[in-house]
Amino acid sequence: MSIYRAHILLPIDEGTIQSGVFEIKRELEEKIEEQNLNKEIKILETGTIGVIGKGVIIVIYPDNVTYYNVNKTNLDNIIQEHIIKGRIAKRVEHSTEKYISGKKGYQNVGLTREQQRIVLDKCWKIDPESIDEALAAGGYRGVEKIFSESISPESVIKEIKNSGLRGRGGAGFPTGLKWSFTRAAKGEGKFIICNADEGEPGTFKDRLIMEGDPHKLVEAMIIGGYAVGAIKGYVYIRGEYELSIKRIQKAIDQALEYNLLGKNILETDFSFDLEIKKGAGAYVCGEETALIDSIEGKRGYPRIKPPYPANKGLWQKPTCVNNVETLANIPEIIYKGSNWFKKFGTEKSTGTKVFTILGHVEYPGLIEVEMGTPLREIIFSYGGGIKGGKRFKAALVGGSAGVFLPEGLLDVNMDFESLMESKAVLGSGAILVMNEDTDMVDMLFSILKFFAHESCGQCSPCRIGTHQLLNLVYGIRRGEGQEKHIDQMVKIAETMFDMSLCPLGQSLIMPVKSAVENFRQDFLNKIQNKSN
Amino acid sequence: MKLEDLKKIREKAEKDMHLRDGKARIKVIVGMGTSGIAAGARETLKVFLNEIEKRDLSDIIVSQSGERGLSSHEPIVTIQEEGKPDIVYGNVTAENARKIISEHIVNGNPVSEFVLEVKE
Repeated sequence: MSIYRAHILLPIDEGTIQSGVFEIKRELEEKIEEQNLNKEIKILETGTIGVIGKGVIIVIYPDNVTYYNVNKTNLDNIIQEHIIKGRIAKRVEHSTEKYISGKKGYQNVGLTREQQRIVLDKCWKIDPESIDEALAAGGYRGVEKIFSESISPESVIKEIKNSGLRGRGGAGFPTGLKWSFTRAAKGEGKFIICNADEGEPGTFKDRLIMEGDPHKLVEAMIIGGYAVGAIKGYVYIRGEYELSIKRIQKAIDQALEYNLLGKNILETDFSFDLEIKKGAGAYVCGEETALIDSIEGKRGYPRIKPPYPANKGLWQKPTCVNNVETLANIPEIIYKGSNWFKKFGTEKSTGTKVFTILGHVEYPGLIEVEMGTPLREIIFSYGGGIKGGKRFKAALVGGSAGVFLPEGLLDVNMDFESLMESKAVLGSGAILVMNEDTDMVDMLFSILKFFAHESCGQCSPCRIGTHQLLNLVYGIRRGEGQEKHIDQMVKIAETMFDMSLCPLGQSLIMPVKSAVENFRQDFLNKIQNKSN
Repeated sequence: MKLEDLKKIREKAEKDMHLRDGKARIKVIVGMGTSGIAAGARETLKVFLNEIEKRDLSDIIVSQSGERGLSSHEPIVTIQEEGKPDIVYGNVTAENARKIISEHIVNGNPVSEFVLEVKE
């Protein structure tokens, strides 16, 4: 260990990689070397900061200044001004806001507003490829607590139940209850699976968690494995997430080295292994039983339930499947207690939620706020409102199988109950904002095209239904539709909801119904050839 | 590995990280303007970093600032301590820096002979 006077953090994610962050890093290292500062300044890669479309970003500590759109030219300026002379390089776009948990501030707008971070607490503050930094920032405190206080698996489950934590993958099933089912199921050799097949268009929260703080997920899997009595865990990551796969693998290797995984963890009786399984790009494999099939090496087809995975899952053994964000809450709940966790969010939707804001907003990106934060605040305060001063038209909330919310529903609170009252869902936490120029027929067309492509074809209602819907909206879009087709679409979607095997077919009712109910005029315009 | 070993690794790594939580007992600010650097501020800064490492003082941040126009007194070092007035030292050569560390930072007695200014 050595003392440095400054740490320069380079948040690495797909966006900054594309903007050439590694080139900037090389340049930075060369210049620091040139100035003979390499013993004073530490340069390290971290996970994402959650800001998108701002090119290469660097954060300098202890001053806590964030610079945006860093390139080779203004990097010189930053080094000269900030690193050598110790003042902020004002000519470069920067921010001195802190992402601090605790208070809610309303004064400033943008993604750097104060947020309540539990899940993303350590992202971009630590080097995700170093277990020592994770430890220093409080990683593995949950595991440590369990083993040093000899907490029983039952008590762990009780704590999670009491916390009110619900699944963040979309359905919102109580996590503690899910764990207790797998725990109670008869059979040896149980499994726990982390569903990181984040296939929902517009959703990238799990990727950022895995890239920014992979050790949190590894810790959560250890705790989960201990609680449900699993011998092995799988992290099913979609194949496109190269950086996530690399970092989770590194985290697993480091945890093995420290005996946090493997045989007799920390010299206790508990042994647990963790392995990554890469997904091959099928949307349906995000459904838990299709995912299980995929791990078994089969084609990913959803299974008929029951039996549920809790009784007959992976290789017919009791299995528990949890989403990345859900699991990322676990270590803190165990360490700080369920009553601490319950302080955040609403009564029935406790904790925080990570939202990805995208579409026609000023600041697309990702935020973590308490459950129950109004949609208006998320879009207008964090997202900075509609880009270019246009009017708001709709927000597609919950991913592509979500609900189109019109302006009238902007004040809905983003938690499970309030959204259900507005016939909407929290889903994956994606918020796609559309301005007044957006045509809902086009939107629905692109969503249906996606689903027709991704339907696995196992059950007829979904296989045929998705294509029928696509044909109808295609006709309307070309100006060949009739008014009765609009209601026909709703009817098909309703049938699919009743008859389909898995949520892929069942959930289409939400975008279809909300689009035609809230924006019927868009469809009528196309039918009457008004807009063409 | 045992639980105790894990705790030891954690404690060791925490020291390296404390720079990023902004919590420190004492903040040492070295003036690093052009004339400061010309007068040897870089050497002074290195002394602070080395001594802090050698003495294992975990709750101290070493930072830097620009110039304040007192070129003849460079290198200038400001010591900020919570609840106490800021103390500005002048002519902090490498040797004087060591004295400031042992007298002021470790023992808590400002070295009056180098004090330029006391900011309440």
